Formats: sequence, C-alpha cells, structure tokens
Amino acid sequence: MLDKIKDFASWFFVTGDPLIYGADIAIALTTLAIIFVLTYFKKWTWLYREWLTTVDHKRVGIMYIIASLLMLFRGGVDALLMRTQLAFPDMKFLSPEHYNEVFTTHGVIMILFMAMPLMFGLFNIAVPLQLGARDVAFPFLNSLSFWLFFMGAMLFNMSFVIGGSADSGWLAYPPLSEMTGSPGVGQDFYIWGIQISGIGSLMTGINFIVTIVKMRAPGMTWSKVPMFTWSVLSSCVTIIVAFPVLTVTLALLFLDRYLGAHFFTMDGGGNAMMYINLIWMWGHPEVYIVVLPAFGIFSEIVATFSKKRLFGYASMVFAMMSISVMSYFTWLHHFFTMGSGANVNIFFAITTMIIAIPTGVKIFNWLFTMYRGRINFSTPMLWTIAFIPCFVVGGMTGVMLSVAPADFQFHNSYFLIAHFHQVLIGGVAFGYFAGLYYWWPKMFGFKLNEKLGKWAFWIWNIGFYVCFMPQYFVGLDGMTRRVSTYSWDTGWWAMNFTSTIGGFLMGLGFLFQVWQIAHSIKFMEKDTTGDPWNGRTLEWSIPSPAPLYNFATTPMVTERDDWWEEKERIAAGQAPKAKPALEPIHMPKNSAIPFIQSVCWFMVGFGLVFHWLWIAIPGFIGVFATMLAHSFNYKSDYYIQVDEIERTEAAARRTV
Amino acid sequence: MAHHASGTHAHALAHGDGHDGHHDLEELRKFGFWIFLITDCILFAALFAVYIVLHGSTAGGPGPKEIFEMPGVIVETFILLTSSFTSGLAVLAMNAGSRKGLIGWLIVTILLGASFIGLEVTEFVKLVHEGHTISTSAFLSGFFTLVGTHGLHVSLGICWITAVIIQLARHGITPVTKRKVQITSLYWHFLDAVWIFVFTIVYLMGVM
Repeated sequence: MLDKIKDFASWFFVTGDPLIYGADIAIALTTLAIIFVLTYFKKWTWLYREWLTTVDHKRVGIMYIIASLLMLFRGGVDALLMRTQLAFPDMKFLSPEHYNEVFTTHGVIMILFMAMPLMFGLFNIAVPLQLGARDVAFPFLNSLSFWLFFMGAMLFNMSFVIGGSADSGWLAYPPLSEMTGSPGVGQDFYIWGIQISGIGSLMTGINFIVTIVKMRAPGMTWSKVPMFTWSVLSSCVTIIVAFPVLTVTLALLFLDRYLGAHFFTMDGGGNAMMYINLIWMWGHPEVYIVVLPAFGIFSEIVATFSKKRLFGYASMVFAMMSISVMSYFTWLHHFFTMGSGANVNIFFAITTMIIAIPTGVKIFNWLFTMYRGRINFSTPMLWTIAFIPCFVVGGMTGVMLSVAPADFQFHNSYFLIAHFHQVLIGGVAFGYFAGLYYWWPKMFGFKLNEKLGKWAFWIWNIGFYVCFMPQYFVGLDGMTRRVSTYSWDTGWWAMNFTSTIGGFLMGLGFLFQVWQIAHSIKFMEKDTTGDPWNGRTLEWSIPSPAPLYNFATTPMVTERDDWWEEKERIAAGQAPKAKPALEPIHMPKNSAIPFIQSVCWFMVGFGLVFHWLWIAIPGFIGVFATMLAHSFNYKSDYYIQVDEIERTEAAARRTV
Repeated sequence: MAHHASGTHAHALAHGDGHDGHHDLEELRKFGFWIFLITDCILFAALFAVYIVLHGSTAGGPGPKEIFEMPGVIVETFILLTSSFTSGLAVLAMNAGSRKGLIGWLIVTILLGASFIGLEVTEFVKLVHEGHTISTSAFLSGFFTLVGTHGLHVSLGICWITAVIIQLARHGITPVTKRKVQITSLYWHFLDAVWIFVFTIVYLMGVM
C-alpha cells in the first residue's frame, strides 16, 4: 500500500530537482501564511464579500492587476533561470529538458497570464470611468472573465510542481506537442490552462465592445471618445476575431491527444502545417491586441503631461483601426522559411511592412504632441518617452525580419528574440507600467513614490538595453534560440554574459517597483483632489478612489477632453456645467456564481489533464448547473438611494 | 423587424421615458449576443477551413462518397429548417401577446431539434459501428468535429429553450423573458444557417 502511494506521488508530483523542492516548500509556506493571516485577522468574510463575489469593475480590475504582477514575478524568474544557464558556456545549471520547460512557461506566462490580465486590469479600471459609465455592460460576465483567467492561470502554473510542465515552446507546434512528442501531462495543462482563460478573454472582448458602443455618456460622440478607450475598442475587435481561432486550435490539439484524432499528426493524413497556420492566425493578431491599448495609454499620458491636446486625433484613430484589420494579413511571416512559395511570402512580406506605416504615424503624432508642450517628467511620462526610441528600433528590426529573403538568415536566431522583446517589453510592458503609474491614484487614492519610481525606471531601462542589444549581434553571429548551452569555441560568451547582467538588472528594477509599492502604501501621499495629474478625461472629474457608483450624476459631455475644457472654463471665470439632481442609482448585485463556475471549469481542466473523468464530469455538471442558476436568477440588481450617495460624496469632501 | 420596433416603442411609452434601467439592459444584452454570434461564426469558419483542408486526407480509409447516406441527411435538414420556421412562429405568437402560443411553438421547436439530434447520433453510432471513427483518418476527424460541434450547439440550444419555457411559465411575457426568447430564437436561426453550410460543403460536395 505504502509503495503504491509512493509510486503515485513520484509520478503525480514533479521530483528530482532541488529547485523544485525549494519551490514546493515556498508554495506550501505561502499558502499556510495566507490561510493563517486570513483566519487570524478574521478576513474570510471580507475576502468573500468584497472580492470573490464582487462585480464592480474597479475591484475586478485590481484583482487582474495583482494576479498579473504575480505572474510577472514568475515569468521573470523563468527568464533569470534561462539567463543564468546561458551566462557561461557549458553551464550545468538547468538540464536541457528543464530548460525547455522554463522557456515554454516563460513565453506562455508573459503573453497570456501577465500581459493580457494587466491589459484587462487597465481596461476595467479606466474604460467605464472614461466613458462616464457606472460599470461595464455585463458586470456578471466581467467577474466570470476574471475568474476564468485566474483558474486557467492557476491550472497552467500548477504543472510546475504537479505532473510536469509543457516543454514544446509557447505555441506548442506539433508533432512535438502530440502524444508521440510529449507523452506527459504537461501539454494538457498547457491546453486547458490557455483554453479556460481564453474563454474569459473572449468574453472580455465582447463586454468592452458593448460597453464602448452603448454606454458612452450623453454627448460623447465618436469624435469625443478618449484615445485609450478607442485603443481598447480596436484591441477588442481584434480579440473577438482572433480568440475563436485559438479556441478551435487548442480543441483540435486536445482531440488529437485525447481521442487519437488526426488533425496535426504525422500519420492518418494529419497536417502539422495547418496547426502552424491556425495558431499564428491567432498569435500574430495577439501581439497587436496587447500593444494597441499601450498606444492608447501613451496617447493619454503624452497629452496630459504635455498639457496639450493630442496631435492628430483622427489619424490616431484611423491608424489603430487599420492596425487591427491589417493584423490579420501578417501571420505567415512567422514561417517564411517553411516553403510556402515565393508569391505567398511576397504577399505577407508586403503586408508586414505596410503595417509599420500606421505605427509610424502614431509615433509622429506623439512627438508633435510633445513639441512646444510644457512637459512634466513624472514616472508615467518617463516610461512613455523611453518607449519611443525603444519601439522605433524594435520596429525597424521588425521590418528587417519582414524581408523574406533576409529572414532566411535571421529566422529562429537571437536576432528575433531581441526584436520581439524590444517591441513587447518596450511597447507593451513599458506602456502598461506607464498606465499603472498613471491610474494608480484613481485606483487606490494615493500616488506611488516618484523617487523610487525613477530609480526603478532607470535600472529597468539600462538593464533592458544591456540585455537585448547584445542578442541582436549574437543572433547575427549564428546563435539560435531554444539552445540550452553552447561551447567556448563559438565565441558567444561575452555577449551572453553581458545579456545576463542586463536580465538581472531588469529583475532589480522590478524589485525597486515592489519596494516602491510597499513604501507608498506605508508613507502614501493621499490624493484629495481626485485629479493628481491635472488630467483631461472624465475619470479625473470624480474622487479617488472612485465611489462604488463612479459618477453621482451622469456627466454631460460637450467637448473632446471634456474635463480639461471644463477646468479651463472655470479658470476663465465661467460657471461650471449645471449638474442634474441626484437620483437613485441602479447597480448590479454581487454574485458567487462566477467564482463557483470557474472552480468547476478548473475541475474540468484538471480532470481532463489526468484523464480522470470522476473529476471532469462533476465539473461539467457544475458548469451547467451554475449557468442555469444564473439564468433563473431574476433578482440581480438593486438601487443605491439618494441619501447614501450624498453621504458618500460628502465623505469624499466634494460637493455634487 | 417592424414588430420588434413597434414593440420597443410601446414598451418605452408604457414606462413613460426611455431611461428605464431594465429596458436599456435588455437592449445591451441583445447587442452583446450579436457580437457573440460573430465569434461563433469565426469558430465555425475555422472548423470549416480545417475540414476543407483535410477532406481528401482519408489515409487509405473511406472517403465521403462511401459513408454518407443522403436520405437521412436530407430528412435531418428538413427537420431543422422546419424548426427554424416554428421558432419564428413562436416569436410571432409572443408579439401577439399569446403566452400559450409562444410556449406551444417553442415546444414544437425543441421536439424538432431533438429529433434532428436523434438522427445525427444514429448516423454517428452507425459510422462508429462500421469502424469509421474519429481516429480512422484526418478526413473523419474533421467530419466528426465539425458536424459534432454543430450538434453540440443544437443540444445546448434545446436545453436553453427548455429553461426559457420554464421561465415563461413562471413569469409570463416580460421584457426579460421577451429578450430571452428573442436571443434563443436568433441563436436557433444561426444554427440553421450553419447547418446549410454543413449540408452543402460536407454532404452535398462530398457525394458529388
């Protein structure tokens, strides 16, 4: 009996590596600490009432952000493990198998469980407030989206200590990801972790399109919509077209693995190349999905911190919308070298080059906005300024890669690694950091410490260039990606070592950010104005943090940058806009169903990973039952009465 | 459409203004559902593309001509098309204010849907018994997945309409149940449209 349990444990848990045992202990201790703190301070009901069941977009946004910062830590540690392994030739730090698992999880986590939720967090925080709305269109669905993302991410992360992680790259190309190439459960954790969180992303896309199209404040015509909200719309349009393709692709891979179907296998007539087409039909639009909102953030920040109207509003909108359409005609540049034929390569080379044009238009618009502006160099603006050269260089190396014949040289080399980290860190991560600093006071009612923020900024930026510039050269020198070691006679040591130093500098920058947040929570400078940056859009017209109902009375919009114009009018001695009398506000009730349903989805995923139908089937039944329970619930809303609104507004020391 | 517009107008008048919270919510949900249908369209488009790529890859197994039995498929098609018609009659009955007519036609719709599913399951079982399974060839993987996904959607629709019927029996025709009927009906017509593509691309083009 004992032997049986031992056998099961050594199969079920990942064993053999001291790093993993360390992680096991760390996870166990953290879990115990969380349970202890919640119990000792009697916070379980608080956790349930205020967070697990909330449908408030601001709280959902905060949960997204916390989860994504944890994932940034995990993905960052993966990166440092890889850089440590590559610091010296013939290193014996990670075995090749372990290295494969680490780069796979690094890619998946950074794109799907760090960038996407951080983006959704910022959507949730800012979009309803910029629109003058009380919530998103479907608050219940919004909460469900978050919990599906969370459970998917947890399922994927678990593979690290239970069962073993996927090791076939972040896009899991077959036949490597088929049963023949990856017989373990790691690949199934990958499929279900991404599938479950992907359903959440799709629902978020639908939710925000409806919110933006239908819930704008009266008077906010399309030419008065704030630029961040425009960018969210363009990103969500891309999401609803791209994510169903991902759903199908992962489902087909699952059928291959679970039922022995032959979609992508090497026998039975399967076509592995079809997988690569399908996954990139989602995968390339995905990079625009994450970068478009960053463009929106930069637009808001550049205008606010230059105290000028954004230059070229209409061309900015047009550029974003054309990027979201064009992103569908670029997927094949990911496999120029796989023999699609010259004409196909030409078509995708040209579309890939053309997409750089609208992006260039945007860069010029930001520069012209700054031109002759009174620029305030606060942390959000610093990240925005740092983004511009970084993205321009990254974009240009991207155009180099889009030249199909040249790509035969760069393909799968460290040149490529350097390029996409430059656009994804320089464009997406810098953008979301800027957005996080910018909207932080609106979320929590206090600004983050500027001094520590500037330290973090400089360390991050220096680290970035030290890390990725050498990679372009080592790539041109022939170092291919996914190699776990190399020998002295390749001559790659110096560049790899430099790159590793840069990687650790970025890690240090992250630690400074953690310190910055911790320090600011303790010694925060309370924002009593609600408008700490002298902002332009509606979210700055209400107290910080925003009250539950956001706007006591629905704002009437008359201008683009309505709040800025209102401040100008008041400064010029005119009377502020008249506000209507308070009325009871219609609000959605909290619900436990999204959390419960997501736990059921987790059971489905976990059961199917291990082929344990005794877990998966109850999970399916639970999903179905919670859907019905929601359909039969007719009491999902309530009203906040006028006296309560008055009390809340008075407490925020603002007159209505 | 005319019915729909006048119904909305009458509802707005009944409440005295256009700012009624519930009324706006029902409109939002209908719009959200249209966007969901776009995503479902893309899901099916991807599955059709996969099927078209793989339909000749029979790996020595049977091809479409050997296994499809058209009489059964044509009966299935007529049943599903009729169910779309009866779901339209249900909406007409609802707009005329007849709860009985509405529930009656919805029941006819789900019965037709159930017989469609019954025939499809019979077809699948027969194929599997003859040894033509999802793992026989890439063509059959594509076939079972595409047709099966449509079948799953129809089954889900049957459960959903059943839930709506219970709610109609409990609450009568309210703005909320009205929206639910309209959305399920839209969903049902959408599945019908997808079936027309399945019928043409998988079956007709398969046996021709």
